[in-house]
Amino acid sequence: MEHSSLVGKVLHGLALALVLAFFIFPILWILLMSFQDNETILRIPPSLFFEPTLANYAALISGKLKTAAGTLDIPFTHNLFNSVVLSAAAVVIALLLGVPAAYAFARFRFRLGEFIAFTLLSFRFAPPLLVLVPLLQIYQYIGLADTYIGIVWVYQLIALPLILWIVRGYFEDIDRDIEYAHRIVGHGWWNTFRKIAVPLAGPGIAAAGLLAFIFCWNNFVFALVLASADKQPVTVGALAFVTASGIQYGQIAAAIVLSVTPTLLLALYTQRYLVEGLSLGAVKG
Amino acid sequence: MTAAAEPIAYRRPRARLGRRALPYLLSLPALLSCVLILIPFAVAVGYSLMRYRLNLPMLRGFIWFDNYRQFLTDPAFWNTVGISLLYTALAVLLELLLGLGIALLLRRPTRLNNFISILLLLPLMTAPALAALMWKLMTNPNFGILSYLVGLAGLTDFRWASAPSTALLTVVLVDIWVYTPFIMILLLAGLRSLPRQPFEAAALDGVPASFVFFRITLPMLMPYIITASLFRMLDAIQQFDIIYAMTQGGPGDRLMVFQVQAYLERFQYTNVGRSAALLMVLWLITNILSNIFIKNWLRLRERAHGHA
Repeated sequence: MEHSSLVGKVLHGLALALVLAFFIFPILWILLMSFQDNETILRIPPSLFFEPTLANYAALISGKLKTAAGTLDIPFTHNLFNSVVLSAAAVVIALLLGVPAAYAFARFRFRLGEFIAFTLLSFRFAPPLLVLVPLLQIYQYIGLADTYIGIVWVYQLIALPLILWIVRGYFEDIDRDIEYAHRIVGHGWWNTFRKIAVPLAGPGIAAAGLLAFIFCWNNFVFALVLASADKQPVTVGALAFVTASGIQYGQIAAAIVLSVTPTLLLALYTQRYLVEGLSLGAVKG
Repeated sequence: MTAAAEPIAYRRPRARLGRRALPYLLSLPALLSCVLILIPFAVAVGYSLMRYRLNLPMLRGFIWFDNYRQFLTDPAFWNTVGISLLYTALAVLLELLLGLGIALLLRRPTRLNNFISILLLLPLMTAPALAALMWKLMTNPNFGILSYLVGLAGLTDFRWASAPSTALLTVVLVDIWVYTPFIMILLLAGLRSLPRQPFEAAALDGVPASFVFFRITLPMLMPYIITASLFRMLDAIQQFDIIYAMTQGGPGDRLMVFQVQAYLERFQYTNVGRSAALLMVLWLITNILSNIFIKNWLRLRERAHGHA
């Protein structure tokens, strides 16, 4: 909006400052808290000036937590490790399954393709517990309960529709003539797919993969239902941690910081593709 | 038939067959995962028609629509419906107004505006369950900065998510914090993709700003607004992470939205049948919404990619 008047410009700036304060302040505040000991945190009024301490992070990383009741073992680094393994494996599998399918949907019109694409899409919007509750029982029956494979498999519900629909858009945007030209000199479709289509859609595929990673990392309910303490990612682990640590607020803040930092950094790195990714390919940024 | 013609005649239909099978082969893995989702879904439908309690295994059996029939007279069910709808309506409406406002503020693609819009993505990329924990720390009655700030404003006994009167507002506030940026960036992308001519013409004619907004900007932005709101509604009516991490549905039954209620029904009261029936009701709502959503979304998608 154009503002010719000074008053308009000031109001505009003020509104933006308020918006930034509301959306960014909580992140900064928790970050500050993570460097404070309990005494500083409980001080009233709260102050921006304090002696920073790394004790919270040290406790989390060493896994030894000092509480009023004694020393407590906290498997937080193991939760972090689980998050990395589960999300990374889920994305790799989703890319292997999703990219060829996305190419098929982009290049061929076939009824089964539309059925698959839309079934996966509609399950993106179905209540996750609807699938998770029976799946837990099925998993217990076939021995997949509380295994990495079992959890990675359900993560496909998050990653696959995302990759399928975003990458499909990127394949559709490739000029078909480029592929024809490559095929006319005698290359087969596999060679064309590998040497022409995938490299041209490369940035889109990478962005879809990173986005899928963020969404898998941020997921909570899947692992809450399917994973025991040993397989839990940070989202579920942090909640258990809050219950276990009681009043160690600085450590809770540090755990939150460690859990959200990877996704926030990835989000900044992929921000150019976020609009397209978040709208499943419907809106270009 | 000559010897030379034979391989050609033989090869052609095979090549055609291979080409016809190709898309199916490529999408086979995706099809497999589709089937594997449909199996638990079918099992869930079965559960919802059963009396199935883990603590009373001998009573297990089909009771057809009795679980659903019991909902009709169950105040807890109607509480769940009411709270879920109220949560969705409040969250989506406020996010839409706020998101539209911010998108308008950031409309001009200056370097500062782009930087701010990137910063605003951070809450959206925070895991909702962890966002709830952040707000829990900030609203703690002993040291929470927000409790302190409202205390300065005179509200010394404001108990946020732990008081029945303010619990809903608190979780909606967290929802707003996480998801407003979603609406904002979709509408911002929409705003920036609008054609320039109508706005230039209006400026030349000296048309007042309110007229430009209500008669040009808003109607042209409508497809984006509808898609973004439906998208948000679909997620909000199923909200679980924020509410479960913050209050587990409490205080009392104040925040018993569909999925929290169904989760507790299954894992606390071990009533699998009732939990499944509750989720089927939710699925019915989301399915209607998602059909409307997908239609709108496809139209936007065609626009973005220039073809179907």
